[in-house]
Amino acid sequence: MNAPILLNTSHFEQPWTLENYLKVGGYQALRKVLAEKMSPDAIIAEVKASGLRGRGGAGFPTGLKWSFMPRNYEGEKYLVCNSDEGEPGTCKDRDILRYNPHMLIEGMAIAAYAMGVKTGYNYVHGEIFEAYERMEAACEEARKAGYLGKNILGFDFEFDLHNHMGYGAYVCGEETALLESIEGKKGQPRFKPPFPASFGLYGKPTTINNTETLASIPYIISQGGKKFADLGVLNSGGIKLFSVSGHVNNPGNFEVPMGTPFKTLLEMAGGVRNGHKLKAVIPGGSSMPVLPGEIMMDLNMDYDSIQKGGSYLGSGAVIVMDETTCMVRALERLSYFYFEESCGQCTPCREGTGWLYRIVHRIENGEGRAEDLDLLLSLCENIAGRTICALGDAAAWPVQGFLKHYRSEFEYHIEHKRCLVKD
Amino acid sequence: MLSDQIQTKINRELGKYPAEQKQSAVMAALRFVQDEKGWIADEDMADVAAYLGMPQMAVFEVASFYHMYNLKPMGKHTLTVCTNISCMLCGSAETVAHLTKRLGIGFGEVTPDGKFGLREGECMGACVDAPMFTINNKKLCGRLTSEKIDQILAELDKQ
Repeated sequence: MNAPILLNTSHFEQPWTLENYLKVGGYQALRKVLAEKMSPDAIIAEVKASGLRGRGGAGFPTGLKWSFMPRNYEGEKYLVCNSDEGEPGTCKDRDILRYNPHMLIEGMAIAAYAMGVKTGYNYVHGEIFEAYERMEAACEEARKAGYLGKNILGFDFEFDLHNHMGYGAYVCGEETALLESIEGKKGQPRFKPPFPASFGLYGKPTTINNTETLASIPYIISQGGKKFADLGVLNSGGIKLFSVSGHVNNPGNFEVPMGTPFKTLLEMAGGVRNGHKLKAVIPGGSSMPVLPGEIMMDLNMDYDSIQKGGSYLGSGAVIVMDETTCMVRALERLSYFYFEESCGQCTPCREGTGWLYRIVHRIENGEGRAEDLDLLLSLCENIAGRTICALGDAAAWPVQGFLKHYRSEFEYHIEHKRCLVKD
Repeated sequence: MLSDQIQTKINRELGKYPAEQKQSAVMAALRFVQDEKGWIADEDMADVAAYLGMPQMAVFEVASFYHMYNLKPMGKHTLTVCTNISCMLCGSAETVAHLTKRLGIGFGEVTPDGKFGLREGECMGACVDAPMFTINNKKLCGRLTSEKIDQILAELDKQ
């Protein structure tokens, strides 16, 4: 296994300090950008060459996203880091915030330079207060040492970064809801277009990137985009942090090259708990369709491979379920989540997520009806693609995935009013 | 009236945002109120609204939208238990059963002595440490077992 890139300070007792980050070459990429007066175009070209795709879940090419920011705009522009990591199963950004906050700061400073931005915000998930405090301390440390603020490293470049804490709303992980939230409002997603690059935070041009995406930037600038791309596979450049949770012996975050076989990742997580048999895997966070274990065992952890298997890589959160898992109960909990977290703005999502939950709930509780499964699928069709943001799709995809592969379990519940797994 | 301490903290937050965007500090302001009082009453929202120069209704919209604000009195130590998928697979049902039995309360309730409160939470973004709860939205306790929970409760009981 290669030396870690994103968690390159993890061998220190206090991996989060500026002192330790500097020991592993920290802030050298930023220094290079400023000392060589790299042009924004050259930086964006390097990021494009790296094949880096948004690590929050959507997988949009980062370099392309940066190129959407208006160049000659007079006035404030913003860079926002999305650390509102709330997609069930996902907890990789938390480790970057906790253990390598300066890598994120450096990545944001380079991104800000490339897009002509002077102010950045980092929106941190409300439930991880310790990570928020760590970021606050790191920004203070960086400010004092001249890595944030005016005349950074003595050059004519200004950038400051502030942390904003969320307080319990999954939907704020959606970029425009997140902007509303920073503006001090309830987090309801905005219509797009206009896209944030033209009308973002406080109505100004804004780019929003995920934490892991931005933390990947220093390596790409110091080592070159091609080198990063070559670590991964075609269409999935670089390395990635995967959160492996659920029924494994050693749950954790693992930094591996894109394209690593799922089998290898499962072994790194200690295999299925207590020698049990693998039943199913959600490969990219709770919104992505579930896949049977035997399909997963032949797939690799990259965008194309997982898609060929019938799901998506999403945020890289791998949720492992063993043979004791009742799929009806699992879907019931997921459907409750989307129902609870729908912001209520669009009718198909507000009403539809409630319907999905209530129907799966009654199947789980022995009150399912023969027509319920078709009703669920018809509901999904009327939610997905019919809402302002992707939360509607996120609610529908798990239902479709669970029914595609485990329909017989649902039918058993309806017919026998009890669980197939427990029988 | 917002206490001097809260005002100092809010002023620090205001420094993060453009001068004309005071509303951006509303989430933090409500958090500070809850940290001090344990919950947010209508009067507190009115105080925050006046301090930030925004309509009281806009403050209420925020306070009622985000799950982590307590809009009714909760315990001195309020535990929020995640029951989402990864925690569920790792036994959050047992965590909840153990807490309910030990504290004699269910979700949304407070022990008669006001010491402990219990809430159900959604994904906390720490799934590899499942099952887990947070204490007063500040401290996250993961990889819970019955013994570990008893230990945490005993320590909190002393405070």
